Amino acid sequence: MKSITKQKPFKEIEQQLDGFDRLYIAGCGTCTTMTKTGGREEVLEMRERLQELGKLVTGWIVIPTACDEMTEVAVKENNGAIQNAKCILVMSCALGVHKLSTYIDKPVIPALDTLFIGVEDSPGCFQEVCAQCGQCVLGETAGICPLTACHKGLLNGPCGGTDNGKCEVDKEKDCAWTLIYQRLKEQGRLDLMRKYHPPRDCNVAPRPRTIKIT
Amino acid sequence: MASSFREVLKSGKFVITSEIGPPKGTNIEKMLHHIDLLKDKVDALNVTDHQSSIMRFPSIGGCLTIKEQGGEPILQMTCRDRNRLALQAELLFAYTRGIRNVLCLTGDAVLVGDNKAAKGVFDLDSTQLLKTIRQMESGKDSGGNDLDGTVEFCAGAIVTPEAKPIEPQLIKFEKKVEAGAEFFQTQAIYDLDNFGKFTEYARQFPVKILAGIILLVSARMAKYMNENVPGILVPQNLIDELASAPKGEALNRGIEIAGRMIATLEKESICHGVHVMAIGREEMVPDILKAAGLAT
Repeated sequence: MKSITKQKPFKEIEQQLDGFDRLYIAGCGTCTTMTKTGGREEVLEMRERLQELGKLVTGWIVIPTACDEMTEVAVKENNGAIQNAKCILVMSCALGVHKLSTYIDKPVIPALDTLFIGVEDSPGCFQEVCAQCGQCVLGETAGICPLTACHKGLLNGPCGGTDNGKCEVDKEKDCAWTLIYQRLKEQGRLDLMRKYHPPRDCNVAPRPRTIKIT
Repeated sequence: MASSFREVLKSGKFVITSEIGPPKGTNIEKMLHHIDLLKDKVDALNVTDHQSSIMRFPSIGGCLTIKEQGGEPILQMTCRDRNRLALQAELLFAYTRGIRNVLCLTGDAVLVGDNKAAKGVFDLDSTQLLKTIRQMESGKDSGGNDLDGTVEFCAGAIVTPEAKPIEPQLIKFEKKVEAGAEFFQTQAIYDLDNFGKFTEYARQFPVKILAGIILLVSARMAKYMNENVPGILVPQNLIDELASAPKGEALNRGIEIAGRMIATLEKESICHGVHVMAIGREEMVPDILKAAGLAT
């Protein structure tokens, strides 16, 4: 699992930092290092750009895994530089931003937008394959999730917008239902595609979703 | 109009429907004109539901106007903009106002329209919407709760006979039949041989097939549709026929082509009727029907 992120437009970062002349930067050594959005190199580049704007960067860190509990230790070890700053600019996914906000009593500002949880299907190419809906249908759809891979999240087959196996929103994008059809056909399980799927329970786990493992 | 659309479908006559595109704004004059022009020339009139995800005056508004004018409306309902509560509420309202026909569609993606940041809902899909209508007819809403007063609709859906590959579309078609679709309006068809193969297959199901006829106004439009509209294939001979029309005559040539196709569909009993889409040129529909020899 990787949390896929994209850096916000620099203008937006600048606006969020308005009024904060001293700041601390935190990156993440896991997902955002891999996606090159919040690893060491990107943190140092951000530091340079902010210094050019006249900001004082009191320090920086690349936390091994920002969403992990060990983040608390990293925060304590760097407490001096953090206390010296007026806010923390976070270059991890929103999970890390959330975690840091629970340990630091200062404004926590995201430098990235968290896009999706994805897998790397070829070097540098990340794909969303699960929407974490809480009602897995992969057993009936040949391992391809229609809720995620179909733009409209349709459960009962393709819409009329598909053509030559592509999606109406993007001619480069595969139609999920054509892929499901092809794979089920290969497996001799096309009868599964004929099965009616009733409307989904959108509240199978009402938001915000929590669970206690006992 | 004396008989309901369902009765017309059952009567065995060659059915003619068309459609009205509501305005983007409150100026409904053109829509009123089109309704007035077409209501007595066709068996029923669809009103599109934010077609191509372009925000417009609502389908239900156009349908009420058709009803008031004495026409037979078909309420187009996409699943793009409303969750199951809103869809069912609109069906209740439509029924109380005398609307008896619904066309259930998935709906185009928000991204192809003019409010690209909007949320695409798709809480139900077209098949589930059809099932929901049948469930409401049995006196229960989609949550299984009792209704105080039920609905009754002649429900239809769409199918794309030119889609490639075709089998996934046919599987969905059969699911829609099972979910309660009584009639199908097809995506625009131009290759009658290929369409004939589809209707041959569809004959085994107890549904009526209305061939989608989109008026071609130029060779350019035909090429554009081939390149940009999923499931539409205008054969080269028709493109050539349009291109060979003298300057200023392409529209008349398009009317001729549409009329000729409709006449063949009727004469050879290829399908049960046609759904004529003139997309912005609704005033040409009577000419198309005249060219088909079907003017009343």
